Amino acid sequence: MNAAELRRTPLYEEHVAAGGRLVPFAGWEMPVQYEGVAAEHAAVREGAGVFDVSHMGEIKTSGPDAARFLQHVVSNDIDKLVTGGAQYSCLCADDGGILDDLFSYLLEDGSYFTVSNAANHESDLARFHELAAGFDAEVEDLAPSHSMLAVQGPEARSVVAALADGELPARMHTATLDVAGSQALVCGTGYTGEDGVEIILGNDGVVALWRELLAAGVTPCGLGARDTLRLEVCFHLHGNDMGPDRNPIEAGLGWCCKEATGFAGAEAVAAARADGTAERLVAFAITDRGIPREGNPILAGEDRVGTVTSGSFSPSLGIGIGMGYVRTDLAEPGTTIAIDVRGRRREAEIRTKPLYAKSN
Amino acid sequence: MATEESYPEDLRYHPEHDWARIEGDEATFGVTWFAQDSLGDVVFFDPPEVGATISKDEPYTEVESVKAVSDVIAPLSGEILAVNDEAGTNPELINTDPYGKGWMVKVRLSDPAEVDTLLDAAAYKALISE
Repeated sequence: MNAAELRRTPLYEEHVAAGGRLVPFAGWEMPVQYEGVAAEHAAVREGAGVFDVSHMGEIKTSGPDAARFLQHVVSNDIDKLVTGGAQYSCLCADDGGILDDLFSYLLEDGSYFTVSNAANHESDLARFHELAAGFDAEVEDLAPSHSMLAVQGPEARSVVAALADGELPARMHTATLDVAGSQALVCGTGYTGEDGVEIILGNDGVVALWRELLAAGVTPCGLGARDTLRLEVCFHLHGNDMGPDRNPIEAGLGWCCKEATGFAGAEAVAAARADGTAERLVAFAITDRGIPREGNPILAGEDRVGTVTSGSFSPSLGIGIGMGYVRTDLAEPGTTIAIDVRGRRREAEIRTKPLYAKSN
Repeated sequence: MATEESYPEDLRYHPEHDWARIEGDEATFGVTWFAQDSLGDVVFFDPPEVGATISKDEPYTEVESVKAVSDVIAPLSGEILAVNDEAGTNPELINTDPYGKGWMVKVRLSDPAEVDTLLDAAAYKALISE
């Protein structure tokens, strides 16, 4: 894609000023790192880091049938989502394939905010509209007018609390607060395995909030650290660890699928749950030297039994880690496998998720 | 992580961001400040085999940052006499001391005349500022 066609968030100039190295990502020009992936990773594990995730999409669903409509769209049980709560789910195709993974928030006024991945936002919207027939619900694309920051790490809450006019929401809850001079939806969510918040606000306020956070000592973090942080705790990256060719059962996301709700794709997911799947997504660690990378073959003995979908060096563990799909009979933690890293055999072991936990 | 940007005058440079320190018919190779800065935090370096033959302009080893793998190109041809196992154990040396403790291999040159094809520090600096 030509650089001129890439979209920029309202923080583009701030990223340049902070020394960000900007790269194309899902049609956006985004910072992959500032000071360095290792330092940014450590800041989130030990202090506080901020990610510009304004490239992610926000879809507002409102109207008398909003709840009934979303129940039809997302895989989780939307009736279990309380006012001020947050819920993770899959957006499935009719055949059960995973079109995206979503966080939905139920606001005080009865409307829902759903956060989509940047690369899928337009197709998600199309799926929402496709499924809306017969429901008295309005689907609104808020992405063009909204920005989002993820402030993550053990010190993230105290920093954000000092900029907010009220108490921060508990984990997996939301609150509408004034933060750094702007009204914002503050969510006790994130994708790093650390405590923290995600802040959704209008584009006008995000530069001021970003500057206040940096002034308070929060480390600007890029997509590189975001990827190592989420992989250590085995959070899926759509497009790598799952996609339209994988159903939630083989992806290990059966826990957020409630087929009894009858969501679009529920029958296929129920069948996969009942029948089992040929492959399963597993997490693994390299037990000798080397770093697995996306696309590397997974071996059992000399046989190819799968493919790496995410692979990286783990800054917290100091070893190569990854996720990938393997034959279901090999998916048990403790199973010895090997990764073919560009022609070199690297011994590895399937591990329990998450690969990294605070107690490590 | 890294040191100040520098390109020592006593080294010769390959356009693929490698340096060579020439000592008679032997030379030491590594990657430049520019290369390590582009890579970011180096987290893996598997030294090649002593005794291996390497060819100018061809990859002879790899370095890996957290996010990416990069080939390292041989600035000159020859046979590997020694490898930097310390940088294999502590790959961050390639960031912190790219011209010193971050060296990669020592080579007996098979064609010392190839040295004349390499860039001096001024020419390499001109290349990377283009």
